[in-house]
Amino acid sequence: MQTEIKFAGFGGQGILLSAKLLAYAAMKQGSFVAWIPSYGPEMRGGTAYCTVVISDRLIGSPIIKNPTHLVAMNRPSLEKFENDVKPGGIIFINSSLIPVTSQRTDVTQLVVPVNDIAIKAGSVRAANIVALSAFAAKSNLVDLELLKECVKNEFAAKPKIIPLNMDAFDLGVKSAQTD
Amino acid sequence: MAKVLMKGNEAIGEAAIRAGCKNYFAYPITPQSEVAEYLSKRLPEEGGVFLQGESEVAVGYMIFGAAGAGERVMTTSSSPGISLMSEALSYIAAAQCPAVFVNIMRGGPGLGGILPSQGDYFQATKGGGHGDYHLLVLAPDGVQEAVEMTMQAFTLAEKYRNPVMIMGDGLIGQMMEPVEFPDGLKTEPTNKDDWATNGMAHRKSKKRNLVKSLFLDPTALNDNNLALKAKYAQMKKEEVQYELVNADTDYQVLITSYGTMSRVCRTAIDMLKEDGIQVAMLRPKTLFPFPEKAVFDASGKDSCQAVISIEMSMGQMVEDVERCVKGRRPVEFYGECGGDIPSPEKIIEIIKALL
Repeated sequence: MQTEIKFAGFGGQGILLSAKLLAYAAMKQGSFVAWIPSYGPEMRGGTAYCTVVISDRLIGSPIIKNPTHLVAMNRPSLEKFENDVKPGGIIFINSSLIPVTSQRTDVTQLVVPVNDIAIKAGSVRAANIVALSAFAAKSNLVDLELLKECVKNEFAAKPKIIPLNMDAFDLGVKSAQTD
Repeated sequence: MAKVLMKGNEAIGEAAIRAGCKNYFAYPITPQSEVAEYLSKRLPEEGGVFLQGESEVAVGYMIFGAAGAGERVMTTSSSPGISLMSEALSYIAAAQCPAVFVNIMRGGPGLGGILPSQGDYFQATKGGGHGDYHLLVLAPDGVQEAVEMTMQAFTLAEKYRNPVMIMGDGLIGQMMEPVEFPDGLKTEPTNKDDWATNGMAHRKSKKRNLVKSLFLDPTALNDNNLALKAKYAQMKKEEVQYELVNADTDYQVLITSYGTMSRVCRTAIDMLKEDGIQVAMLRPKTLFPFPEKAVFDASGKDSCQAVISIEMSMGQMVEDVERCVKGRRPVEFYGECGGDIPSPEKIIEIIKALL
């Protein structure tokens, strides 16, 4: 069993970090994981995306054309990747920045106003953590407590912002449950 | 030690430290600059030296200097940077000094691009610099193997007093995977007093060591080249490493592939198996010495109709594969370069067309 999650948005939204934290939690759970960034020439503020692969066996090709799930943090990312998602997957839509939903009818759409929730938690910069926890709550890929612990560890060097990110995490989980 | 999630580039840096490497000189280039970034922070913590050279040409000779003094030394670069270091590589090989070079390959020729490629196979295995020399070349297929091979590389470099090159690519450098670091190799090379210019004060023997690559006397030059040749022969005997995948079946096609490309092939082999088509893969882990006999043997299986070398190049390793198959099976090639790594579906299509 292998699951692939594409995280996409614009540079600065914390996409790579969200993906890394998910990979970390899955690794701690004993899965094989790989975190594959798209790297290439990009301008500041350009698109950023990366893929996390979680598997119960050794991961072969790290090149994923059709991910199981998509976390889209801005509109160009949704439009660029929505048709790549495998049927039955989740398309996560950050409705704070994406005024539309996907035309796909064979996937589950999870629509969460990530930026608005993050502002409520204290800072828009925590939007990536809201997205991460909301997506994790919906997809059941990793244990939420373990993931929360990984988020906490990530910010160990900046203890001041841990409460903010913990709040953001909890609000994200709640948003997925009420969606 | 517990598993950690690390980028290939950073993991290579950490592996070098754990192998006891105290000297790292480099010049930044995408897609491997994270090695330098990582070691610029970590090496001083370990009492080592991090130095950014003014160019790759300079770095090559800094490596020569440290290696000649018997120090464990490494550099990392990417394709165009390795070209600039190639003169020094030839000198280091001629002077028989141990050093570790990592090439996180990007597309070429010329400045090419910054995405993954395997276009430097010829450069690494057939020369690069001038003269009759070889590098010992290791090709990891992921972050864990990159760590293990980086550590091994220092041992091999010292065993043979020869530069060792690790051939990764942009994907292996940039990707994060879980890694476990084996126990370190923090031992000193035992024989360096015999050849290195490491100072006379502590030595019992008062013989003065000379590190050089200039042999104007034809007999002396011939002797030096014979000594190199003997080392390469010993490598061929003792250091060949490869992996066979799905080879215990009656496979119809044998793939040869290495590094990142071999992982895509591995997935394609699994998918083909579900369609009832058996395909095996021989993955060289050492590109020099090349697994000559293993390729010959694997291609000779009765069920095997064809051999295909699949590479992120326009056809380089395939020449070694052809040489080793010795004409007893058709040898095909498929490759893409430029940065788009072929998908498993593409490989399946290519394999099915062979049958």
